[in-house]
Amino acid sequence: MQIELKDLSYTYGLHTVYEVPALKGINLKIRAGEFIGLAGHTGSGKSTLIQHMNGLIRPTSGQVFYEGKDIWEEGYDLRELRTHVGLVFQYPENQLFETTVLKDVMFGPGNQGLSEEECRKRADYALKLVGIPEDLYETSPFDLSGGQKRRAAIAGVLAMNVEVLILDEPTAGLDPAGREEILTLIRHLRDQQGITIILVSHSMEDVAAYAQRMIVFHEGEIAFDGTPKMVFSHFRELEKIGLAAPEITYIMHELKERGLDVDVSAITVPEAKRSILMALAQKNS
Amino acid sequence: MPIIRAEHLGFDYVKFNDDNETEERVNAVKNVDLSVERGSFIAILGHNGSGKSTLAKQINALLIPTEGTMWVDGINTSEEQELWKVRQKAGMVFQNPDNQIIGTVVDEDVAFGPENLGIETEDIWLRVEDALKSVGMLGFRDRSPNRLSGGQKQRVAIAGVVAMHPDCIVLDEPTAMLDPNGRREVLEAVKELNRREHVTVILITHYMEEVVFADHVIVMDKGSIILQGTPREIFSQVETLKKYRLSVPQATELAYELRQSGCGLPEDILTSEELVEALCRLN
Repeated sequence: MQIELKDLSYTYGLHTVYEVPALKGINLKIRAGEFIGLAGHTGSGKSTLIQHMNGLIRPTSGQVFYEGKDIWEEGYDLRELRTHVGLVFQYPENQLFETTVLKDVMFGPGNQGLSEEECRKRADYALKLVGIPEDLYETSPFDLSGGQKRRAAIAGVLAMNVEVLILDEPTAGLDPAGREEILTLIRHLRDQQGITIILVSHSMEDVAAYAQRMIVFHEGEIAFDGTPKMVFSHFRELEKIGLAAPEITYIMHELKERGLDVDVSAITVPEAKRSILMALAQKNS
Repeated sequence: MPIIRAEHLGFDYVKFNDDNETEERVNAVKNVDLSVERGSFIAILGHNGSGKSTLAKQINALLIPTEGTMWVDGINTSEEQELWKVRQKAGMVFQNPDNQIIGTVVDEDVAFGPENLGIETEDIWLRVEDALKSVGMLGFRDRSPNRLSGGQKQRVAIAGVVAMHPDCIVLDEPTAMLDPNGRREVLEAVKELNRREHVTVILITHYMEEVVFADHVIVMDKGSIILQGTPREIFSQVETLKKYRLSVPQATELAYELRQSGCGLPEDILTSEELVEALCRLN
């Protein structure tokens, strides 16, 4: 098991009047190479959870294991853990700071104590992965377009050779094509590089199209954990906790109710298309 | 008279070097002609960097056109002495709720705008109450803003603009950082303002579903308006929109895909209901 959380609880402002329980007795196992979509309304505990995964927050109670080792045990190297588990915060482009794109991406591996040459190699590799062409290496990161900036920021995390990549709303504020580019990149990182992906997203459509496993948080607890198809079949319950299913799910249920024999578990446009065409053909034969 | 009118509007961002000489001019908006009717709901679409925000910021004189003219309710925004009048008539709401809240209590935050306008204290409280009511946040008036959800914060930000009694509200991606619930709340509040108070709304967004209810859609690319029309007219051009890095609502996309495969569906389907209806009507 790559990441394991055992009876993990976290309370903000412990022993103060502002005590707020954020996570309550979470048990979660994540295998290497999974593509997980993490959903839940604001304040449901998602962000608190992901910060536990690379040791930015110490649990109030319970344990966090990485590759079988308790990360809060005496002598565990948390700095090293953070080079394995990379966290891309919301609007990561706000964290760009260097004078050139290349230098910015080299900063992470530089902190790992690698040689200048190795850092450059890592940065070059990461920038190629995210699709930033070489002729942009020497420009200021602030002169890149919105989508490019975000990809450069992701490269900064990838350059540390991470095994797990956690992204908090990586598509927020991007245009539709930019959203698709980032998501395609993330899928590629998983498929080609075997990097475990944990994608925090408010877009049910994105989770439906890209994730293989979906975990839904509600009031600090796991409300659902399964394939997106399985989770979205509970769309009525999802609505009660401030979420929804993709538009497609509603269309399919409505069609079924109106007598067209479609597959109500379809959650993406291609799936829905196939099922509707089949149902129509059947009806006409 | 239209509430907003632009003629040959252009804006250049100018970059200076260390010696204060012009190093680079970036033409972000060029030759835009625009006319917005009072009380209408306008949506502006366009990819990142297409000039939407630069255009929007010229509506409330955060940016002054470097070419052409912008009028808000007949006032030329380039006339410096009219600045505050322009900003009272056209209010703006931005993407990040946390950057727009300044008060420690919700109603103080909403009072900030009218206070700056020099309104009588009594009147300010009336305005604050009305504004909070109009976005469904009156019950939170004594709360601390930092304890609110993103959608609630955005509604407080909108109330802050509403309390200035504007003719027009410009919202620049107000839902980009919100969860589905927050998005719904904010959109409902904006629609209500438009419907009930007849406030002119200009909504910039990357979410195509939010545009379906607009009276008129403007699509920008490279600083110019390249398409305009009703949502139906705009979203029936699936291929064109994709070319400009945009998309269409999921129901429209599914309808388009089905049509490509020979289904006899109409070309202007916008919502799930319309799609279901049309599919059921296919004998």
